[in-house]
Amino acid sequence: MSSIRRVVVTGLGAITPLGSTVSTYWEGLKNGVSGAATITRFDATKFKTRFACEVKDYNPDTYFDRKEGRKMDLFTQFAVIAADEAIADAGLLTDGVDKDRVGVIWGSGIGGLRSLQEECFQFERGDGTPRYSPFFIPRMIADSSSGNISIKNGFRGPNFVTTSACASSNDALIAAFNNIRLGLADAIVSGGSEAAITESGVGGFNALKAMSERNDDPASASRPYDKERDGFVLGEGAGALVLEEYEHAKARGAKMYAEIIGGGMSSDAYHITAPDPTGSGVVLVMRNALRDAGIEPQEVDYINTHGTSTPLGDGAEIKAIETVFGEHATKLNISSTKSMTGHLLGGAGGIEAVASILAIKYGIVPPTINLHTPDLDINQALNFTPNVAQKREVNIALSNTFGFGGHNTSVLFRKLAE
Amino acid sequence: MSEIAEKVKAIIIDKLGVEASEVTPEASFTNDLGADSLDTVELIMEFEKEFNVSIPDDQAENIQTVGQAVSYLEEHAK
Repeated sequence: MSSIRRVVVTGLGAITPLGSTVSTYWEGLKNGVSGAATITRFDATKFKTRFACEVKDYNPDTYFDRKEGRKMDLFTQFAVIAADEAIADAGLLTDGVDKDRVGVIWGSGIGGLRSLQEECFQFERGDGTPRYSPFFIPRMIADSSSGNISIKNGFRGPNFVTTSACASSNDALIAAFNNIRLGLADAIVSGGSEAAITESGVGGFNALKAMSERNDDPASASRPYDKERDGFVLGEGAGALVLEEYEHAKARGAKMYAEIIGGGMSSDAYHITAPDPTGSGVVLVMRNALRDAGIEPQEVDYINTHGTSTPLGDGAEIKAIETVFGEHATKLNISSTKSMTGHLLGGAGGIEAVASILAIKYGIVPPTINLHTPDLDINQALNFTPNVAQKREVNIALSNTFGFGGHNTSVLFRKLAE
Repeated sequence: MSEIAEKVKAIIIDKLGVEASEVTPEASFTNDLGADSLDTVELIMEFEKEFNVSIPDDQAENIQTVGQAVSYLEEHAK
């Protein structure tokens, strides 16, 4: 479909395990820094996995007055912080923008897991008298993220949260893109956040045998495409984008990072947690995105892959890339920035969209770190941007995320003509 | 100030994020101390927990100021 209304990115925000602003996040990405370390958020001594990619030195009092912060789960705090940076970056509050035409469409795979856990623990420890906090439900529900962003900024346009596990943020971006190009809003704050480094989060993913257990060397644990990979590393944080209709952005003289030109969605229809080893759902989603954008595969320069560092998933995605891109697959730059940030689950698409857009802006592709032992079941002719960032003019970037439930999503960004 | 009054004041400062000087006996939770309906519910629950009492809803509705909270708790605290 050729869109009549074009949609551009006018603001970016990020709070990540590599840095708590877009610029510090990019420094980490560019320099191949790992965000993994021993878990500090709870005592993980008895857990199979005792490390994660936490947002470092986080203190809510830096961002919120105490009363305000207490009413938000950590995943909502991250959402508001990243959104604030993106909104300020876009000048969305200072340029006479009609707030009735500004929406918030956010992604979160889980919502307020910590709040749910704390309230249930507390009840369990008591004498059976229910003493649930009146803030428990509003803290826990996933849409408290988009709700709080709108309340803080007075944005009265479309407002909801998408939940599709680790594909949540990309689904939010695609929904925001569609709402703007259909004329339902002029600008939408989008992206996603997650904060699942809790007893139940780590214990639950451990039970699925999905996470790395490389406790003796956390920094090297997230190693997509490496033969020795043993699962993903849990991350937390948020990535935010202001998407805006092109003419609207132009009229107010906003800076434009890139254009969002297509979104693809598909489902594996295969298994609730395992990826389809044939990768057919992933082939479908990338083709859907390319068709939506009206571009040919060979126009793509960089793919920020889902690449979570799991034995099954990494190979299936690469096979799908070979199928969709054919000979061009070897000319692409491919990287999994999860090797550095860990896996932000529902927030992954948010920070990875930011990474893809910054790759376009700076002409630098962030690396896949910890890639030392080639997995010969994965085509070694492909350029995984191993260990060190590469300079490359990126005109079009594709960002993939896939989620438990078999949800696949791809988003395409293009550099704007000077 | 009674021990109960001091505890009440500390809870209000903590939960509502207000200055000690604002927490006068006449101060209304909603009109003067910035509480919304959920904050008020939380305050009542904190009083119940701290003083080991159960405050029925119809009586909780009558506790709208700092002074009213202190009086109620001085009368009912175990």
